[in-house]
Amino acid sequence: MSGLAKRSAKFAWPLALIAAAAVFPVVFPNPVVTNYGVFTLIFVIVASAWNVFSGYSGYISLGHAVFFGSGAYALGIAATDWHVTGTATFALLPLTAIVGALIAVPFGLVALRVRRHTFIVITIAVFFIFQLMAYNFSFTGGSIGVSSPFLPWQAATYNNPFYYIALGCAVGTIAVAWLIRRSRFGLQLRAIRDDEDRARGLGVRAMRVKLTAFALSGAVTAVAGGVWFFYLTQVQPPSGFDPLFDLSVVLMAFLGGLGTVSGPILGALIIEPGQLYLTATFTNGYLSEILLGAVFLAVVLFMPRGIVPTGGEWVTRMRTRGRPAITPPAPVAADAETAEARQ
Amino acid sequence: MAREIYQAIVDGILVGGVYALMAVGLTLIFGVLDIINIAQGILVILGAYLSYELAARLHIDLFLGLLVTVPAMFVIGVVIQWSFIRPLRGRERTSMTLLVTYAIALILEGLLYQVFGPNFKQLNAWYVTSSVHVFGFYLPYIYLFGFALAVALVAALYALLYRTRFGRSVRATMQDETAARLVGIDTNRVAAITFGIGVAVTAAGGMVYGATSGGFNPNSGYDLISRLLAIIILGGLGSIGGALAASVFMLTLEALVDVWSPNWAIVVFYAALVLVLLIRPTGFFGRQPVRAQ
Repeated sequence: MSGLAKRSAKFAWPLALIAAAAVFPVVFPNPVVTNYGVFTLIFVIVASAWNVFSGYSGYISLGHAVFFGSGAYALGIAATDWHVTGTATFALLPLTAIVGALIAVPFGLVALRVRRHTFIVITIAVFFIFQLMAYNFSFTGGSIGVSSPFLPWQAATYNNPFYYIALGCAVGTIAVAWLIRRSRFGLQLRAIRDDEDRARGLGVRAMRVKLTAFALSGAVTAVAGGVWFFYLTQVQPPSGFDPLFDLSVVLMAFLGGLGTVSGPILGALIIEPGQLYLTATFTNGYLSEILLGAVFLAVVLFMPRGIVPTGGEWVTRMRTRGRPAITPPAPVAADAETAEARQ
Repeated sequence: MAREIYQAIVDGILVGGVYALMAVGLTLIFGVLDIINIAQGILVILGAYLSYELAARLHIDLFLGLLVTVPAMFVIGVVIQWSFIRPLRGRERTSMTLLVTYAIALILEGLLYQVFGPNFKQLNAWYVTSSVHVFGFYLPYIYLFGFALAVALVAALYALLYRTRFGRSVRATMQDETAARLVGIDTNRVAAITFGIGVAVTAAGGMVYGATSGGFNPNSGYDLISRLLAIIILGGLGSIGGALAASVFMLTLEALVDVWSPNWAIVVFYAALVLVLLIRPTGFFGRQPVRAQ
């Protein structure tokens, strides 16, 4: 295969997937189905964004709902105050990204000073601070929250604009995640994950690198929150700042494969529709909560590295059955030849 | 105003004692197993529900009921450790254990909702509703009894850790697990029993919490665990004295702000944590630098 063909073959799969996702609402125009599509894509965005920071750097954040909720509130408050309605509201999405990044910088400057358990606990603490602030401030509407007027679109095709906006954001996020993983920046992040002190010793400006990834991840998550708010037209403190959100996103990344590009996407595609289906099927939400926890336990105990790395290993083992996965170095090959000759 | 402030300080110290009991369990588990048990909050609530059931169905006094609930919670703790935490190994163990305990918290929360529903419950007894009047302060008996129970149990834990052979093996494991195993300590057993003890104290903490908090439901676990985490980080992870000091400090601070504005009291709680960590990332009594990987 020539170099060009090889390179285009590499892009064939993602392009085919994007095309399939693009025609999905045309093939399945039922609003119930496209509703699943919108939520799933939102979680594809969030899981990928979470992974760019936590998966690559190894700093597990259990506070990404801070950005999600803030994005939702920022969009809601801006749209209400400036009387923005209709499609024009989509133009406010870059604003949510700025809000997300602006929150991420001070948050990161505090939280990224500490590691491991303490980092995770601080993200949880900041998460609760934000939820409480949403309850207590007047401009966030207290426990009633913020809502925007319904959009003048027909119920049958109401979901479609959101679907395509979410799809666009998802594709952009995944592209960025892929580029980062291949870049020097991504390498620095993974060096920090493996051994932060050694990475610093080798000249990685750890704080700057971590903070950049955190802010980027926060900005993208805030945009997803904006789309989510716009779709639901309302946000309350417990729905915008939801502890289950944090855990679901982490579960998606872990299930698919922490630190891989495709893992979080796969995780989101499995978990989110499953969760929506369970919530719709069982009227009390507790059963889906129990199941989410049980799935999580099963994943961590039986497939701790996720589907993509484990599956990749299986595929390699299948392909290379009977012979070593890596081409043996020369002397071994010579041995093989003599063995053949002897036969 | 001055009166309210004094009352707030007294309340803060008394409630702080109860939080200390729950936080000591958490920090002990961290010290020995190097994990943070996110399920601690919901286990406290489970303890409260167990006491509630014993009191409502069998009419057993809350404090007497502890004789049943504390061993029951100990067994639950050992089972959780043995089946879900012990198998975890490797580089990602830190985040894995956190997620596992988070998942256990979710499952327990869902189960509690399934069994008891979302309605708020409260533990009741004569000492919950009546109070004693000393030096111009109104002190509900339950606060006094709860504080006494907390002091007694923390003292018992101290005695166990510093006066027994088992305690010495626990402290050895906290200092260096590999070295402890080399000198013949069964660290797996120590870990399981420590986790059990850390969870068992939640039975007592849950009973007092259920009687003093003015109502609890399965969702209260989140509020509790976030406060407990703030307390043990502030006190310095793995430091028992730090957990005691931080509980009393934080709860007093919260009670003081509560005089001024109840809505912001809990925010101050977390803001204090962030501020302290900015200045001193190891907390008050950090045993080891938290920054070290």
